[in-house]
Amino acid sequence: MTVQNPPAVKTSPVSRYGLLWTLARFREAGISIFILILVVAVTLRAPSFLTVDNFSDILLNISILAIVALAQTMVILSHGIDLSVSSMIGLVAMIVAFVVKQNPEMPVLLAVLLGMALGSVLGTFNGLIITFGKVPPIIATLGTLSIYRGLVFYYSQGTWINSFELPTSFKLLSKGTPLGLPNMVIIAIVVAVIVYYFLNYTRTGRDIYAVGSNPDAAQFSGIRQQRITFLVYLISGLLCGLAAVLWASRFESAQTNTALGFELQSVAASVVGGVSISGGVGTVPGVLLGALLLGIIQNSLTLIRISPFWQLAAQGLLILIAVISDKWILSRVERTKQ
Amino acid sequence: MSEHILDLKNISKSFSGVEVLHEVSFGLRPGEVHALLGENGAGKSTLVKVITGVHQPDKGEIHLNDAPVHFSDARESRRAGIAAIYQELTLFPDLDVAENIFVGRQPLTFGGRVDWRKLYAEAGKLLNSLGVKLDLKQKARTLSIAEQQMVEIARAFSINARILIMDEPTSSLTLNEVADLFRLVRRLRADGTAIIFISHRLEELFELADRVTVLRDGSYVGTRLMKDITRDDLIRMMVGRTITNLFPKQDVRAGDVVLRVEHLTRAGSFHDVNFDLRRGEILGLAGLVGAGRTNVARAIFGVEPATGGRIQVEGREVAITSPQQAIELGLAYVPEDRQLHGLIPSMPITPNISLPILHQYARIGWLQDKSERKSAYDAARQMEVRANNIWQLARELSGGNQQKVVLAKWLSTNPRILILDEPTRGIDVGTKAAVHGLMSKLAAEGMAILMISSELPEILGMSDRVIVMREGLVTGEFSRAEATQEKIISAATQNVTIGSAQ
Amino acid sequence: MKAGAITESKSASLISEYAPRRSFLSKFQRWEWMLVGLILLDVLINTRLSPFFLDARNLSRTSSDFMEIGLMMLPMVFIIITGNIDLSVASNMGMSASFMGLLHNMGVNIWAAALAGLLIGTLGGLLNGYLVARVRLPALVVTLGTYAFFRGIAYGFLGDQAARGYPAAFTYFGQGKVFGTLVPFSVALFIVLAVIFGLVLHRTTFGRYLYAIGNNENATLYSGVPVARIKLIIYTLSGFMAALAGLILAARFGSTRPDIGTGLELSVITAVVLGGVDINGGKGTMLGATLSLFLIGLMRFGMGLLNIQGQVQGIVIGFLLILSILLPGVAQQISSSRNIGIYPKSVLISLGVLAIFIAFFLFFFWSRAPVIAGG
Repeated sequence: MTVQNPPAVKTSPVSRYGLLWTLARFREAGISIFILILVVAVTLRAPSFLTVDNFSDILLNISILAIVALAQTMVILSHGIDLSVSSMIGLVAMIVAFVVKQNPEMPVLLAVLLGMALGSVLGTFNGLIITFGKVPPIIATLGTLSIYRGLVFYYSQGTWINSFELPTSFKLLSKGTPLGLPNMVIIAIVVAVIVYYFLNYTRTGRDIYAVGSNPDAAQFSGIRQQRITFLVYLISGLLCGLAAVLWASRFESAQTNTALGFELQSVAASVVGGVSISGGVGTVPGVLLGALLLGIIQNSLTLIRISPFWQLAAQGLLILIAVISDKWILSRVERTKQ
Repeated sequence: MSEHILDLKNISKSFSGVEVLHEVSFGLRPGEVHALLGENGAGKSTLVKVITGVHQPDKGEIHLNDAPVHFSDARESRRAGIAAIYQELTLFPDLDVAENIFVGRQPLTFGGRVDWRKLYAEAGKLLNSLGVKLDLKQKARTLSIAEQQMVEIARAFSINARILIMDEPTSSLTLNEVADLFRLVRRLRADGTAIIFISHRLEELFELADRVTVLRDGSYVGTRLMKDITRDDLIRMMVGRTITNLFPKQDVRAGDVVLRVEHLTRAGSFHDVNFDLRRGEILGLAGLVGAGRTNVARAIFGVEPATGGRIQVEGREVAITSPQQAIELGLAYVPEDRQLHGLIPSMPITPNISLPILHQYARIGWLQDKSERKSAYDAARQMEVRANNIWQLARELSGGNQQKVVLAKWLSTNPRILILDEPTRGIDVGTKAAVHGLMSKLAAEGMAILMISSELPEILGMSDRVIVMREGLVTGEFSRAEATQEKIISAATQNVTIGSAQ
Repeated sequence: MKAGAITESKSASLISEYAPRRSFLSKFQRWEWMLVGLILLDVLINTRLSPFFLDARNLSRTSSDFMEIGLMMLPMVFIIITGNIDLSVASNMGMSASFMGLLHNMGVNIWAAALAGLLIGTLGGLLNGYLVARVRLPALVVTLGTYAFFRGIAYGFLGDQAARGYPAAFTYFGQGKVFGTLVPFSVALFIVLAVIFGLVLHRTTFGRYLYAIGNNENATLYSGVPVARIKLIIYTLSGFMAALAGLILAARFGSTRPDIGTGLELSVITAVVLGGVDINGGKGTMLGATLSLFLIGLMRFGMGLLNIQGQVQGIVIGFLLILSILLPGVAQQISSSRNIGIYPKSVLISLGVLAIFIAFFLFFFWSRAPVIAGG
């Protein structure tokens, strides 16, 4: 069989983001270089940036984001999106904090399991609407975004749970360092390893890529698309439940606006980390680097004394630059390849 | 015991009250290539989907090895050894070749982990045994259509299919690729696989098939031995009447040059393309898929503007950078992919036809419904589009009627230069002849036509002149009198060693 | 031989010009009637529940409450019909209003400041449009980035300050009534603009192009439609309208803080989708979106009268949004699979799922009980 050059310009509708794959392996290199340049530049301005303390601070800050971004990544890989992550975190954090407040003697592990169970129920609800109700993911999760947030208010009657109401053991769940690193960072690493294994070494994980890559073809290939779709939203809920417990523990409180807007941050971390918004493309290391980049940006803006009021703008700008330069590099590669 | 591995008995199937299959029976023997033939809308695709369990029959029975079976989805039919390669390819563009073959069935280690080493080893073995050379780690997105088809076949192979269904596998392949495919099909047949083969190209069926079953309007017409039947008989069975002249080309004296292309180049696609196109002339553009023919057309039409060279339209040098500009210059382009580029399937016929000249039906942007409707109606009628009314959605039409809508759309722009890219791909015999007749008439009226086609009979039958492209370069030019099948194939493939990898 | 001189084997039905055109439009019209019915139902229920509901003064005040959402919704209908999205509208609103507030704090004339606010909002929309149409980045990604960027600029402009003390001539745009009536200025403005946007969408070539792009962008491009320019225009328009909405919101509040309008983008998208516009593009009407805007507004107003918190109202709106898509689909599924039996397995699964949700809500209320008792 003669292997021809493929037509130089493919007519497939996805070709706009096509060739993303060509850099799949190099993409992490791209974002790594971006991070390195940023690190060097910031260190020149503020030497305190490149210290162990500061970096463990950054890691602590991005642990929750990394967990949620990984959940979001699995959803996006399957050609969906989960906008309700922030509300799931808010709701689970509130319920768990209440329960812990009422039962201060409760083992911390039980609180974690409770959070994951509650999150799974919320994720199940998303998954059911999307798979059996045939509601587009963006609408379904937009709806549950406001439903779950509404439940937070209904549940709490607008009150907060403050630090003094929570037992120390619960607060130490995220910050304790029995293994050298803060527990939360270790939990994030464990989650990342599990997700990596799941996505790369199980059939179900591979099916997620397949479903996202060509949803129509899945049914011809004997992949149970509905199951996969349901599963990613379930997992998303589960991981958000975990993140919620960590959140309540780290910030020692549960508020009605906990994690408000976090859905967009999680999508941003995924996308900056090279996950294609149209599904099928993306890796765990990439997403972790994406979360790291967002964390470094946030941290360094403070260090180089950018007015806190301008930090959000700088973050947004850097996200845009990351995405644009990525696109630019891709089109460059495409051109030189021809 | 019947000699059949698969037996369909009196299958009927309706969609929302319309009967698509009526009491169709069909028997398949092991080790035969059984052609399934019929015009578009005759029910072939539905029959295939009934066999594979994508659809369930309303009435009738399916017997596999003399036992009645009921498939509720494609998964179950696959488990029973039925594999299908559909018209629309079903690969996963972001997965690599090896994983595409085993998707959903990746080999596992004892621990239940995906065994990547074994997966690549087995994929390599499989492709070797099929005589296909492909990079196992290449993403499917970058494969040519022929290569994608090979992966699909490999996938069908990997489940040890006893029945293989191929729905128009050759419609986007070039001659060499078709030859490769046929070699493979013959080997499968020799191994005892039963193959259902759907194609509109009768020549192929005579070359490959053992038996043929013809469907018409959802009903069974008959089954014949291929060697006992003539081409005309087959067409009569298909359309219920005789079509005498498939290539009704009139001789027209070519007029002035209306389109001159000089040193046209687009980096990475084609290089230094030169030709003239005259009034009243049909210029055939032949070559393999991927030779750059479509890219030339797109460059002329401004979709992917050229990076070098010159284009003259009616003696005036122009730089075409958008389809808008091309349309204003009197060009029209009927693209090769109807669904993707030619039509808006989810919109009705009327807005489809009026889209390129919508501004003509508007006063300062304000639409005049009546004049739009009138023109669309006239255009559709003139093309004899078969539809209930001009508000029917384009996707509800058969392939041939969709192509007529596309033609109506472009002809209503009153073009002087018409570019047709695979104008009859996937169209039934009746409509095909109509399209050819139309081309001939338009040329006689003075239109200049550039026709890209991968079907040699079409190129030879319709063109006044033929130019051949290979790997982005023009490698031959022949007058109607000079052009032969051999010359064109040789120009399209010279220096390309067949049977070796890159 | 003449073109098409072959007679078709089937009865070659002559194509008809005047055909049931309804088939194309009826789907949407049905949904709009549904919305009208829901609005009437809502009014009926609310007048029963609260004597204050059908009060002209109240209604007039409440309707101006969601006009900012309405103004941003108009171009959003265009954008979603082309199959794109703009998540940055509320941030853009904040940026524009904050810029105006900043200039006002610096002593610039309020009208000049307002004009500058409109300008910066329009430029923001242009940036979105450029990145989507010319750089060809996915709309979701672009506007997610500018969502953070624009809001960040708003904070940059005002920090923790607020701009106050707008002259009455300016606050009229947010608080005033049209001369001699109870109709708020913003409502009148919205209605005029909604009519214009609706006519553009349904009666002009531009509107037709939007539908065409949403249904098949490639084929539209091949038909000579300037797709990129159209996208650029609608995003720029979206920026302008977001800025306009921002100014009106600032005028209504009488002050500007950088977090003004946070989260409104989701309300805007909810209104559009609930109005029957397909999130994947290609389908929907301006009337539907407008009706759904009023439905949401009236529902929120009614719930507000019953002392239901704004965030809790979100539960109802969220369910309404999901059900609006879910119910038609489920109804279709049931009607198409009438002859499929009920499998014991699926019953078991359904019961299991049901049990999970019941357990969840039992736990939800059980764990919450002490609070109620204590509070």
